[in-house]
This record gives sequence, C-alpha cells and structure tokens, in this order.
Amino acid sequence: MTRTQPAPDTALYRFPHRHLLGIEGLSATEITAILDLADAYVAQNRRHDKKSDVLRGRTIINLFFENSTRTQTSFELAGKRLGGDVLNMSVSTSSIKKGETMIDTAMTLNAMHPDVLVVRHPDAGAVQLLSEKVTSSVINAGDGRHEHPTQALLDALTILRRRGRLDGLTVAICGDVMHSRVARSNIHLLTTMGARVRVVAPRTLLPAAIDRFGVDVYHDMREGLTDCDIVMMLRLQTERMRGTFVPSIREYFHFFGLDREKLSYAKEDAFVMHPGPMNRGVEIDSELADDIDRSVIRDQVEMGVAVRMACLDLLTRAEIAN
Amino acid sequence: MTKRTAYLNARLLDPASGLDTIGGLLVEDGHITDIGPDIFKDSVLSVDQTVECNGLCLSPGLFDMRVQVRETGEEHKESIASASMAAAAGGVTAMCCLPNTTPVIDDVSVLEYIARRAREIKSVKLFCYGSLTRRLEGKELTEMALLAETGALAFTDGVKSVRDPLVLRRALSYARTFDLLIVQHSEEERLVDDGVMNEGEVATRLGLAGIPAIAEVMMVERDLRILSLTGGRYHAAHLSTAAAIDAIRKAKREGLNVTCDTAPHYFALNESAVDDYRTFAKVSPPLRSEADRRAVVEGLADGTIDIIASDHAPHDEDSKRLPFAQAEFGIIGLETLLPLTLELYHNGDLSLLDALGKITCAPAQLLRRPFGRLERGAPADLLLFDPDKPRRIDESTFRSKSKNSPFDKRPVQGCVIRTVVEGRTIYSPEA
Repeated sequence: MTRTQPAPDTALYRFPHRHLLGIEGLSATEITAILDLADAYVAQNRRHDKKSDVLRGRTIINLFFENSTRTQTSFELAGKRLGGDVLNMSVSTSSIKKGETMIDTAMTLNAMHPDVLVVRHPDAGAVQLLSEKVTSSVINAGDGRHEHPTQALLDALTILRRRGRLDGLTVAICGDVMHSRVARSNIHLLTTMGARVRVVAPRTLLPAAIDRFGVDVYHDMREGLTDCDIVMMLRLQTERMRGTFVPSIREYFHFFGLDREKLSYAKEDAFVMHPGPMNRGVEIDSELADDIDRSVIRDQVEMGVAVRMACLDLLTRAEIAN
Repeated sequence: MTKRTAYLNARLLDPASGLDTIGGLLVEDGHITDIGPDIFKDSVLSVDQTVECNGLCLSPGLFDMRVQVRETGEEHKESIASASMAAAAGGVTAMCCLPNTTPVIDDVSVLEYIARRAREIKSVKLFCYGSLTRRLEGKELTEMALLAETGALAFTDGVKSVRDPLVLRRALSYARTFDLLIVQHSEEERLVDDGVMNEGEVATRLGLAGIPAIAEVMMVERDLRILSLTGGRYHAAHLSTAAAIDAIRKAKREGLNVTCDTAPHYFALNESAVDDYRTFAKVSPPLRSEADRRAVVEGLADGTIDIIASDHAPHDEDSKRLPFAQAEFGIIGLETLLPLTLELYHNGDLSLLDALGKITCAPAQLLRRPFGRLERGAPADLLLFDPDKPRRIDESTFRSKSKNSPFDKRPVQGCVIRTVVEGRTIYSPEA
C-alpha cells in the first residue's frame, strides 16, 4: 500500500483521542494510522479463522437511537471478531421523551462499565453530548446530518486499496449533500488527505456555504463527473423527494441519477461508491449498481468491518494508556 | 413624616437631559426632590440617611422592556420573586414581561393577578404586555383597550410573530384608535422551518438546520408596509440582522412611527458561540454572522436601534441539556444587561450616556413611564454603579432560578453597587 503520510508502527501506535466523534479535527497522520491498521484487519477477516483476542474481556455496547441494520451489524461483527463482548441496544426515540432519556440511558449503561459505546442518534451533536457524560470511549456511528466518521474511513480504505493513494484523486460526491452526514465526513477526510472533492447536486440539496469547505460545486452531473476518479453517490431520503426538495423521482433521476451515460464523462476506470442502502432507480441505475467492474459497493461493506475493528482496537488501546 | 435621603459625591448621569456632573441628589418620600452639583454645598440639610457615592455613577435604574418571568405556569424556571431578585442585582428597577405565560396574559383577570403578586413581592416595578391575540393563536384580537386600562403597557404575541397580515393590519388599526403600541417578534416562520441556528458555514459544519437571515427582514418589511397603510405605533423586537436594521433605518427616515430594540447577545456574540453545540447560545432569533453583529453595534450608535432589552428567557437544565435541535431557545439576561451594555461604551462605540439611555429613558419614553430620568419630581428609581471595575461574569452568583447564560466566565467591566426603587434600597452587594 502506498501512503501519502509516514505511517506509525500500527502495533505500537497510540491514538491520541478518547473518542471518535468525527473526522473534523483528525490529522492526516491519525487517519493514516486507522487506515493502516484497518488494512491489516482486512486480511484477518478473509482468513478461515477470523477471530482474535485483541478485545478479550472488553465490553462494547451498540446504542442506536435510530434504526440501522448495516452499521449496527458491522460494528457487532467487528467487536466479535476481536473477541469482545458486544451488546446491542436499540432505543426508539419516538416512544420516549427525547434527550432526557438519551443521557439517562447513557448514564445507566455507563454504570455497567462498558469500554466502548457505539452511538447513533438522529440529532447532530447528540453523540458528543453523550460522550461528555460517560467514562467509556464513544464512537459516533452517525449523528443527524453532522458526521459518520467510520463511513468516511471505510470509503477511504476502499479507495486506497483500489488506487493506492488518496492525494491527487478527484472525487465527486453527488446527491443530497445537505442532509448527509456521510458527505460531511467524507469532505473532511478527503480534503485532509489531499484529494480534490467536488459536490454535485441541485441547489436545494446543498447546504449553505458549502463552497467554504474546500470543495468545488457543480449543479450538472456531466460537468461534475468529467475526469473524476471516483463517483460517490448519496442516498436521497424518500420523504425529501416529493415536491419539497426535488419535484419528483422521475425528474431527479433524469438529471442527477447515475447511469452509464453520465458515468462515461468520468475517467475510464472510475468507480462508483454508495453508502447504502440504495434507492435503485432514484439516485443510481440498478444495473450499474450491480456491475462489479464499476461498482465497489460490496467492497465498502467489507471494508466497513475492518475499519470498525481498527477503531475499536485503537480506542481501547488509548484506554490502556490511561 | 417625610423621609429624606441624600446621595453625596456621585457622578450624576441622566441620559434624558445629558447631565453628567459630580454632585448630589436628594430623595424625599420616594421621589427625587433636588439634584445638582451644588445642592449640599452650604446647607446643613437635615436628612435621615446619607449615601456616600465616592464619585461612582448614579443614574436612573434600568428599565428592561423584554423579560419572561415564567410565572404563572413555569415557576420551576423563574418566578416573579426570583426574577425580581435577579433584576435588582442587575440594576434593573422596572421590567416589562411578555404575555406567554400559562395562562396567557390575554385577559384582565390574569393581568390583575400578576399585578397583585408583584405588589406582594414589592421589589422592582413589574409591568406586563397584553397578548395581541387570544391564546397567542394569531387569530382574534384581545380586549386591548380594557387590558391597557388595567395596566398592559403594549401588545405583542411574545416569542411568536403575528403571521397573518390581515390580523396585524386590524391590530395596528384598532390599537391606533387608543394610541396603543404593538410589538412584534419579526420572523417569517415558514423560512425558519426546522432551523435551530443561523444559516451559514457554522451550521453546515455542525450539521444543524439553518435559519436564513432574510427571515427577519422579510417580516419587518411586510410589517412596515402594513404600518404605512394603517398608521399607529409599531415596535420591532430584538433585531439581529443588518438587513432588518437597515429597513428600520429607511422607514424612520421616511417618517414612519417605528422603533426597535436589540438584545445584548446580538451585539456581544456571533454565531460562533454555538460551536460545540452550546445550547446556552441557542436563542431566537439566532446569533448571526459577524457582519450582522457589527451592524447591530452600528444601529445602536447611529440611533436606528432605540433600546436594548435583555430578552431574559430562563430555562432549567432539563430544557437545555439536550441535543441542540431539541433544546429550548433562550438566554437569561437581567443580571448581565448592565455590563454587556457598558461594553459598547468601553469599546468606544457609544458614549456612556448614550449607552445608558438605551436601557433607561428610551424604553421609559416608548412605554410612557414617568421614570428613567433624574429630575425633580421623578420617582427615585436609582442605580449606583461602578462602570469600570473588571470582573468575570459568574453564573453561580446569579439570583435567577435558571442559569442559561452563554456569558459565564466572560470578562466584563462594571458592577452594580446599589439598586433603589422609590427611595428604597432593594439591592446592594454588601447587604
């Protein structure tokens, strides 16, 4: 694997943060350290015996205030592969008085001495707030439209393993950037690592002042994809499709859905990413999504487990250091 | 028997008359009976009490025209008693309370109840707004004239805008019949949508839904159009954006009968105070950009903004220790109104008298109260303060039941030495 930053020795590396709340604020060295370790875990995950004892005796609690199958499963598997005890807790926010319960739940769980809390919450900043109330490490598994750091890390690992580098690549992030935590984390990560980032979306789906984030802004897919190395599609939430942010699914797909014709403007070997779950026929052509020559969506899922293993490993090491 | 108190060696500051001189002030039976540099020169005046001011500033007590006391309905956040103590500690001798209590102040009986409570507590002078529409629903007008007779100083739907232009038109028109003042929270709700802070780079980075700055000016401009049709007296509350202030500036130039105020957080902070999801900096309208903050200072300096009001909005911990989007809007301000207003003076933006005028005679004049000035015959509502003393704002000293201030630990200059209402000292730190 070629690197843009000198990688520290992964076995001895001490991650200098107690929590992983976002990509913003991480240095290129820190990001590289996580990716290097994750890369090693990809190999472990492909072995017949996938289990190690790095997290033996450690307790990881997945605390999800918002529905998730993929991310929760990915974290669960990551914890178990490292020999930790993993517990899943799903808290529906609609059935309880919000917020109060979040902190109450966190305090209750904290008293059970978990080592890592993996938290997803529908409100931006909620995971940070929770991290201030507990003594364990906290990993943000997505907070509102703020950040989803492990998604950006797994995307980066996917790109690295395909291209051998991040710096100098041109990545187009397309679709609902406004409501996307995946987009924000990816923008922070890719710009930190020296990639050139474009965002491509109708103006209603771009947040204010996005041009201040070191990205180039496009409103036309063909222009935005021209000479790109990677096309990153974002999920469009169904409730945002009907006449509020875009007039219709049909119109959205026509102008912003990814199909072979639009992809042809990117570099010949450009590949397609998507954080899932996909809306086939909304933001991405179904056939293209399944094309293993162009789409690396399944790679992303595999890298997800490895990246989360690396994060769990590094954060629990930091605790030993304490 | 007449009780006489002499204030000696004070720096007398009266923004209404422009008086700024070393001298004395005589209070008899709760009223100012003499004032000036020489009044105690040669007399062996027999007084019951003398207060040695040591050259510190003696000004009218502050009149905070925008306060939420939460009584009745949310007494766990604040009460008339606790708000009065906070006010007294902040040098505030009179305050006007928003009608968004439970029940709403939309009826004479509610107003009379609050007036009775205030009389019992017998501290700072407490006034109320009547709600403009019944139950703050924005539909039917309240009995404005009856409420005004009972003591309501003006009419507003508090933290809500009157959305329906027809309702506002009728309200202004009807209020004009009785020469009553309408106060509006100026914000186009549909543009606010689910926004929780100012729209822009900070909101995008934090992943928080933004409120565009134009939401304010759109409502102000609409209201000014209606005002130009109906006439009457219109006041835009807590303005926060350059565009809205500019709209008021133009309207004043054109001769419309319009006034406005702002709150200290709009000239002392900008949107960056929200960083790290600080819910104590969540307020409506939201803290704006640095350019807007500067425009607020400029509006105060050139007189476009007539008044500074604290916009005291107490909230308990449970309402603020939440993910940002779920937390309540509001900042407490009674106890920080003076030092934050003095920042304008210390920063060289306003003279000391001009800064004081925004929190004394200007609101008194707008709401037609006989206080807020140092003159013979006026009620002896006084504030003795040190304008320069450096200190840090410390939430643990707050008298308010709630502590939701983004100004905790902020270094400021100026502190209250004594607060006097109708000759009676209601606060002094030594006591």
